[in-house]
Amino acid sequence: MSLIQIKDLWQIYNDRVVLENLNLSIVEKSFVSIVGPSGCGKTTLLRMLMSEVFCTRGSILFDGTNLPKEPTRERGVVFQRYSVFPHLSVLDNVLLPIELRSCRILGKILGSRRYNMKEEARTMLDHVGLLRAATLYPAQLSGGMQQRLALAQALIAKPRVLLLDEPFSALDPGTRADIHVLTNRLWEETKMTVVMVTHDISEAFRLGTRVIVLERPLADDPTKGARITHDIPVHPRTKTKTGAI
Amino acid sequence: MRLINLHPGKRGSKILAILPFVLLFAAYLAASAARHEANPDDKLLPTLSQMAIAMRRMAFTQDMATGQFLLWSDTAASITRLIEGLSISALISFVVGISVGMVPYLKKLLVPFVAAFSMVPPLAVLPILFIIAGIGEISKVTLIVIGTAPFMMRDLILRVEEIPAAQIIKAQTLGGSSWQIALRIVVPQMLPRLIDALRLSLGPAWLYLISAEAIAAQDGLGYRIFLVRRYFAMNIIIPYVIWITLLAFLFDIALRLIQSYAFPWFAGAKSQ
Repeated sequence: MSLIQIKDLWQIYNDRVVLENLNLSIVEKSFVSIVGPSGCGKTTLLRMLMSEVFCTRGSILFDGTNLPKEPTRERGVVFQRYSVFPHLSVLDNVLLPIELRSCRILGKILGSRRYNMKEEARTMLDHVGLLRAATLYPAQLSGGMQQRLALAQALIAKPRVLLLDEPFSALDPGTRADIHVLTNRLWEETKMTVVMVTHDISEAFRLGTRVIVLERPLADDPTKGARITHDIPVHPRTKTKTGAI
Repeated sequence: MRLINLHPGKRGSKILAILPFVLLFAAYLAASAARHEANPDDKLLPTLSQMAIAMRRMAFTQDMATGQFLLWSDTAASITRLIEGLSISALISFVVGISVGMVPYLKKLLVPFVAAFSMVPPLAVLPILFIIAGIGEISKVTLIVIGTAPFMMRDLILRVEEIPAAQIIKAQTLGGSSWQIALRIVVPQMLPRLIDALRLSLGPAWLYLISAEAIAAQDGLGYRIFLVRRYFAMNIIIPYVIWITLLAFLFDIALRLIQSYAFPWFAGAKSQ
């Protein structure tokens, strides 16, 4: 059953066609990697899925109904940068989604209820290997740790789909390999639908169950937008093989 | 070595920092001594002992007319006005700045107005304030507010706009409402920036305070300076100016300390 359905989607910025007649349906529990050269509109596509930008023509259905006009809790995101809140400690960053849900007026919980929530947040931090950093502020973390925190924060809100916008592109190769393992594990545990945009093809194949390639037919022709040139299913067997290398 | 690569050591840095103060002090002493040698009754550059005597009178002798210790009553009056003015100004700017920075409708409504309003020279408004509010405390405090609020407001609007869009989107995907995002994401990040804006506003605030006191008041540091000017009482004016400078300096340090203790995350976040 498809969770996201993109139909005849066009995106045109000042007479420049960015995306041309895109059709894509994403089934639940899949991990879709979208790759393509820079400027091909893959990030634009992701931003549409999080309701940050809107398509010129066409439609996006989320669980059978039109995509809401603003970001919602169902669609979690992790950006390349600025994904966590600099003024909150690591623990408070993960606690925030729970607090926002539980207290509509203050968005902050005090007292014994907070204690239980803290336990939930700590479990999540332990899961991503950040428990020992719980009292630090994001600025004190390395890039890889910040992205782990961003993942933990997004996951604790229990979205139906997780949108990743080049989440690991700013990390060095070693850190990136570690966080790939973590991402894989989290995805297998939660079986959450994931859409990830990346320009790293090996990353796309290592993590995804399906790789979509987005490309403009002619890079400098503004009248022809990017389209899906390849749609490759990734079999679990090849996945473990590439993962082993 | 190039000049741009030469760094003074720890002691050298301290000596360099003190040097201009010492030089100014020495130059003053020399000039004062020279004038007093030519004319023992010179009032223009009073000696240290003359200033000390004057200040002892101001600080520790009851004034015959009012029964007060003038230095302290002046200081209390001025600081009260300054703190009242800056507090009101900070409160208004914080609320308006954050609302306008966050809500597009308010931005369209108020940004041009605030921009235009901030061009009004506050001192030119002072006569209007005197006419409307009289020459009491209200007009002095209002002058400080009018003089500092537009700047702080514009500064905060810009700071709110500087919050990365990704952060606000992220907060929405975590289920935050506008109100919750304001309360949990924007306000806490703006508080240390408000302190920055306050520090920058201290200078203008003192300027407007002293101007208002000079024109109409019964007490206050600015009032005293302009009052004793009639008697060429440089032995009072110079220590008063130093005292005002010192107070402004202490305010600045206090705000900086509050910022670093209350918002330990801020220094790190700013450098990222």
